[in-house]
Amino acid sequence: MSNKYTPIIGLEIHIELNTKSKMFCQCPADYFGQEPNTHTCPVCLGMPGGLPVPNEEAIRRTILFGKAIGCKINKRFKFDRKHYFYPDLPKGYQISQYDEPIVGNGNLEVYVNGEKKSFAITRVHLEEDTGKLTHKGGESLIDYNRGGVPLMEIVTEPVFHTSEDVKAFLEELQLIARYLGIANADMEKGDMRLEPNISLQLTEKLPELPEYKVEVKNINSFKFAQKAIEYELKRQEEILERGEVPPQETRGWDANTKTTVPQRLKENANDYRYFPDADIPVFEYTDEQLQEIYDEGMVRLPHERIGTYVDEWGVKYVDAVTLVKSKDTAEYFEDLVSANKTAGLDLKPQQIAAALLNKKIKISDDPTKALKEFKESTAPVETDMDKLSSVVDTVLRENQKAVDDFKSGKNPNAIMYLMGQVMRAMKGQADANIVKRLLEERI
Amino acid sequence: MAEIYGKGIVALKQMLDNKEISPTELFQYFEKRADEHEGKIHSYITRASVDYNADRPTEGKLAGIPIAVKDIFCTKDLRTTAASKVLDEFIPKYESTATARLIAEGAWFTGKTNMDAWAHGASSETSAYGLTYNPWDLDRYPGGSSSGSASVVSAYVAPASIGTDTGGSIRHPASWCGILGLKPTHGRVSRYGVAAMGSSLDSPGPMGLYTEDLALLLEVMAGKDEYDATTSPSPVPNYTADMQTKRTFTLGIAKEYIDDATPDIQKRIMETVEILKKMGHTIKEVSLLDPKYAISAYTIINRAEVSSNLARLHGVRYSNPRNMFGEEAKRRSMLGAYALSHGYYDEYYKKAQKVRQLIKQSFADTFQSIDLILAPTAPVTALEVGSFEKYPFFGEMMDRLNEPASVAGIPAMSVPIGLDGDNLPVGMQIIGPALHESDLLNLSYQLEQETDFFGVIKQGLENWK
Repeated sequence: MSNKYTPIIGLEIHIELNTKSKMFCQCPADYFGQEPNTHTCPVCLGMPGGLPVPNEEAIRRTILFGKAIGCKINKRFKFDRKHYFYPDLPKGYQISQYDEPIVGNGNLEVYVNGEKKSFAITRVHLEEDTGKLTHKGGESLIDYNRGGVPLMEIVTEPVFHTSEDVKAFLEELQLIARYLGIANADMEKGDMRLEPNISLQLTEKLPELPEYKVEVKNINSFKFAQKAIEYELKRQEEILERGEVPPQETRGWDANTKTTVPQRLKENANDYRYFPDADIPVFEYTDEQLQEIYDEGMVRLPHERIGTYVDEWGVKYVDAVTLVKSKDTAEYFEDLVSANKTAGLDLKPQQIAAALLNKKIKISDDPTKALKEFKESTAPVETDMDKLSSVVDTVLRENQKAVDDFKSGKNPNAIMYLMGQVMRAMKGQADANIVKRLLEERI
Repeated sequence: MAEIYGKGIVALKQMLDNKEISPTELFQYFEKRADEHEGKIHSYITRASVDYNADRPTEGKLAGIPIAVKDIFCTKDLRTTAASKVLDEFIPKYESTATARLIAEGAWFTGKTNMDAWAHGASSETSAYGLTYNPWDLDRYPGGSSSGSASVVSAYVAPASIGTDTGGSIRHPASWCGILGLKPTHGRVSRYGVAAMGSSLDSPGPMGLYTEDLALLLEVMAGKDEYDATTSPSPVPNYTADMQTKRTFTLGIAKEYIDDATPDIQKRIMETVEILKKMGHTIKEVSLLDPKYAISAYTIINRAEVSSNLARLHGVRYSNPRNMFGEEAKRRSMLGAYALSHGYYDEYYKKAQKVRQLIKQSFADTFQSIDLILAPTAPVTALEVGSFEKYPFFGEMMDRLNEPASVAGIPAMSVPIGLDGDNLPVGMQIIGPALHESDLLNLSYQLEQETDFFGVIKQGLENWK
């Protein structure tokens, strides 16, 4: 991409909450791999007289998530009806939130390749998922097990300029959701869905926003998110270079052809006829109630942990990022660091991090015991120099081919092989550096 | 065997408890009355059998008591149409909370009563199953939308019934058919399983011949429901006990409501007021917001909610296709969708909600100085069949004195206070503050004791003996 254009990308991200029951009824929210239409009732099937009763646990989780991603929590919020006709929507409307969502705006700090960046979030609201349509041989089948599952929608400002930023942001959201234990956020399973709005603006015209945007759907992995955005940016640049403006439309990512294909034009904006859902009273939380939710559910978040590991403990950034990818690993690492201190083992956090990442320490081990064993295994070994000298000679004599390969430069790794032979003969009782030096001297 | 005819459900329960009659015999008595009179009044869309009621609990406040149910309540294994062909073959697999609570106390259902389709109307004209007729004059409308629930009681084809009131649908037919009808506070009785018309307005409630019957039915149906998030957590009073302690009230009369009614109705109201004064109540003139504002706000909010609530009847799964909707349902959906559409929302729906707040405030202010408001239930008595076509907003015209209480979400009751020059019943509304159903029933019971509702109930029963 030339500097002539700047990509302008805004995101809409849906994350399903893994609550026990659905958003507005008592049906189980778990639908993956279930017999179709077995987790349904008059409420989530939109039968006459079915009424929504909001799932307070889903609300609690959304509040927690909003707080974790640095957004303002609205003490007063309500639910609205969003109307459109589609077979996967039994009531003819989706219960969502319009002008008073649970979570307002804020900023999330994300490390992108070691650089701390801040991305502006517009809002997070809670809604119900739709049913699942399957088109088979001219027939369309509907499974309402997914209908009514709690779904968070995160909307960002158009502040992303590279596909890398988008990927890092998505990964961070996924990680936070998992840290909080509120969602599986698995893109491949559809628990987490990304719909980016992508456009290009002439760099000289910034900060004015472009006159069009293209929404891309059907993205079901982080890798495809990046690929779809890159493809779309290239496609749009070509159109703009021809002196045309890409049409405002929704496109779908096709994983087979690695392209985006048109789905529907957006010239006529849908009129969803939003209005407050009179079946659900307006919510008003007090500061104390919110505080209680944070106190009960908040955890130390990945980017906070990275900060501590890197800035305070001197861990390499890449290692810190890898460690926090799983909350269990991060927590175990912190246990190790603390055990190291308590037991006075004097290992450096970076050494511990590397050992953990190289699986020299296993997460199931008792931290203190594991550290002690690790320390012993890395202690310098007393070397019997006489024995070593004779072993080296024997190995060199018996492995002439490896010696020749190394000498001629045909295989520079042959020395590693020879080292292995020596170490084996020494039953590991030799300092590797000394072995290497001796071998090099005598070849 | 003691006389059944004309007895209310409390009295019938006594007979059952004394083993003077069995539940089946009692049920068959009303089946026979239906066989005899349905051809004239046409109260039912679907009648229920003894077999259907076979598994009812034998213990309970209503054990063995036959009750007619408006066809808008979903009843498990009993066809529920909402008087529309869209649900012509719909047999619910679930029970509405209100009917489930009646069943839990042992009530038997005689059948599902006719109504204006989706409760849209005040005459039964919009029903896809034909008209219901007024037992006081078979050439006249029974009122609506709980048309069959009113006529069935008025002709003693059932001893009591339940209906729903969104903008007068219980009170209006009760007044035209000369019986009692109570619209509770919105949220007092669960709406779960009741095909929704206007979600923020719909209020299921009892209809009958005696105050004690309404008190008992409300007691059973009311209360917090985990399936309806808008139900009030406030404990349900013992209405039956509460009404028997005679209380004196300060009663408000609003000129804005009286002026709207025919001279005969005004006269009956003023006569009743005089009697109430003699009974020790204080009468006070109050000023309320002109009902015309309530009609405007009601119409917008109602149509908006209707357009949304009917959207689920798209025929993808259980209902007939949408082209089977009647004219009125289509009209309301169109109007509601328009009022909610982009660019008009602020002008219509939002403004209506603001007016609604003002109406609530107006009532709240008025209830600072008085206990209850008295007003005519309808501006006219029962109209002749055919007059529906003269008014494009027939329902709103007839319900214009009912809609203010609906919009405010407060309880209101219609009681008979005499006949007009055409020998047709006149109804008076008793309107109270939210959750004050006890006060309404208390005053109704006093009028019943003192005046026997001016002989209206007695004469109605006489007509159909």
